[in-house]
Amino acid sequence: MMSTSGRVSSVLAGFLIRASAVIVTGLFLWILFDLLRQGLGGLSWEFLLADPVNAGREGGIRSIWVSTLLILSVCMATAVPLGVAAAAYLAGFTREESNLAQLLRRSLEVLAAMPSIVFGLFGNALFSKLFGMGFSILSGGLTLACMVLPILIRVVEEEFRAVPSEFRMGAAALGLSRAGMLFRVLLPLALPGITVGLALGVGRALAETAALIFTSGYVDRMPGSLFDSGRSLSIHIFDLSMNVPGGDTNAYASALVLVGLLLIINGITAMAMGKRFTGRKRA
Amino acid sequence: MITDSHPSHRNGGPYPEDFLETPCHAVASAGHPSDTPSALCSTNLSLWYGDKPAFQAVSAMVGKGRITALVGPSGCGKSSYLMCFNRLTDLISGCRVTGHIRVGSDDVLDNSTDVVSLRRRVGMIFQKPNPFPFSIRRNFEIPLKENGISERMDIEEITEASLRSVGLWNEVKDRLGASALNLSGGQQQRLCIARALSLKPEVLLLDEPCSALDPIAGGVVEDMISGLKERYTVVIVTHNLAQARRIADEVMVFWMREGCGSLIEQGETAQIFEAPRDAITAAYVNGVRG
Repeated sequence: MMSTSGRVSSVLAGFLIRASAVIVTGLFLWILFDLLRQGLGGLSWEFLLADPVNAGREGGIRSIWVSTLLILSVCMATAVPLGVAAAAYLAGFTREESNLAQLLRRSLEVLAAMPSIVFGLFGNALFSKLFGMGFSILSGGLTLACMVLPILIRVVEEEFRAVPSEFRMGAAALGLSRAGMLFRVLLPLALPGITVGLALGVGRALAETAALIFTSGYVDRMPGSLFDSGRSLSIHIFDLSMNVPGGDTNAYASALVLVGLLLIINGITAMAMGKRFTGRKRA
Repeated sequence: MITDSHPSHRNGGPYPEDFLETPCHAVASAGHPSDTPSALCSTNLSLWYGDKPAFQAVSAMVGKGRITALVGPSGCGKSSYLMCFNRLTDLISGCRVTGHIRVGSDDVLDNSTDVVSLRRRVGMIFQKPNPFPFSIRRNFEIPLKENGISERMDIEEITEASLRSVGLWNEVKDRLGASALNLSGGQQQRLCIARALSLKPEVLLLDEPCSALDPIAGGVVEDMISGLKERYTVVIVTHNLAQARRIADEVMVFWMREGCGSLIEQGETAQIFEAPRDAITAAYVNGVRG
C-alpha cells in the first residue's frame, strides 16, 4: 500500500509533468498563432517574388530568401564533407582513442557551447578581414559552417557508432580497406541519421542572426555572386522590427516564411527518422 | 628425435630454421600426418584482452585442404585464436597478441603484413550471420569491387558461381535485388559463406557457423562445409562434438588451465575420439566433462 504522502507526491508529480507539457505546447502554439495573425495578411506570391523596397517596408523578400539559400549552400557544402570526415575519425577509425581524437572531442564541446556572436566576430576577423572576403555570402556561409560543425559531427559520429559491430567485423573480414568500409558500408547505413544531423544543422544556420551580421552583412539587394553581401531572413526580420518604423507587417510575414521553412525541414527529418527505423529492421 | 623423420621439415621446408625449433614443430610431429603440407601454423601464440589472458602459448599446425575443428568449453579462447589468423584482433581495442603465425609462408603478425590482402586470402564466417543490410547483389558487389573487380559481367558471373557453390542460387536467383535480411537464418549464413568464397580465399575460418541456426538449417550448412574440403583449408570452431566428429579431419581440444585457455591436444579426429592421449580430452569426448 502506498502511504498518503507517497500518493500526494505521485499526484503532484503527474500534475507537474502534464502542466509542463501543456506549457511547452502552449508556447509554441501562441507563437505560431501570433505569427499567423499578424503575418498572414502580408504573405502573398508577390511578397515572395518581389525584391524589398523602401528598406523592406514595401515590396517582398525575393533577394532575402535567395541570399539565405546561398549562405546555407555555402555552409553545407563546407560543413558536410568536413563533418563526415571528422565523425568518421572520432567513431573509431583509430584503434585506440588517440590524443588527437581527444583534443578534437574537447574542442567540439567548447565550440558547441560558444555564443553565436563570438562566431560572428571570429568570422569577421578571419574570413572578412584576414582572407579579404569582406561582407559577403561566402564569408557568412563559412562562418555558419564553423557554427554547425559541432552539432553535425556529434550526430554523425553517433550514427557511425550505431552501426552494429558485426557489419564492421564482417566488412574487415572481407578485406575492405578503411576507406572502403566507410564509403561502401558505414556511410550508406548511416545516411538517414546523417540527414537528421544535417537538418538540425540547417535549422540552426537558418535561424542564425548574430553570426551573420558581421560576416554576410545586411545589404538587401539581390546578390550577383558569392562575393556580394546578402541579407538573410533572420537579419531581415531583426532589421525590420528594430530599425525600420512601419516594417512590422513585413517582419511578421518574413518570420512566418522562416518558421514555415523550419517546419518543412523538421518534417523531412521526421520522415528520414521513420525510414531509418524501418530500414534497419531485421527479418 | 622424431624431428628428423618429418619429411616436410627435413629439407628446410618453407620455414626458417629457428621457426622449426619451436613447439609448433613438436606438435606437428606428435599428431600431424607428415604427408600434408601445413596451410596455417601458430607458434607460442598468446592473446590478452587488456591484462586478462585469453589463451597462452598455443602452437599448432593446420593441414592444407583439410577441415580442422576447434573444440572445448566456452571461454577458453577458441574464437580469439581463430581471429588471429586474419588479424581481426586488430579491430578489438585492448587486444594484444604475441608469438608467431604463418599463413602459407607469410608472417601474419609482422607489422609489414598487408592485412587487407591477408583477409582476402583468409575468409571468415561468424556465429551470427552478418550479411550487409543491402540487397543480395550488393553483398557481392561491395567486396568484389573493393577487390578490383568492377566489370558488371564479371561480378554477375562470380556472384552466380559463389551462390551455386553453397546451393543458394536456385533459391535467390529471382530476387537478387531484394534485401539480404529477408532471407532465413540458414540462407543468410550460406550467403555469407558464398560472399567469402567469391574472393577465392585459400583458407576459411568458421566461428560456430551453425550454432545460431535451427537444426535443419544447421545441417544444410554443415553438409555444405564438408563439401569445401580439399578445395579450401577450413578451420571451424564448434561446441558440437558430434559435428566435429562428422566433418573434421583433425581436432584441436582447448581447455581452461590456470584461468586461461590452452591447447591440450591435437590429432586426427578418430584418434581424439577413440584413443585420446590426454585425460581431460578423454573425459571431454566421452561426455564426462565439459
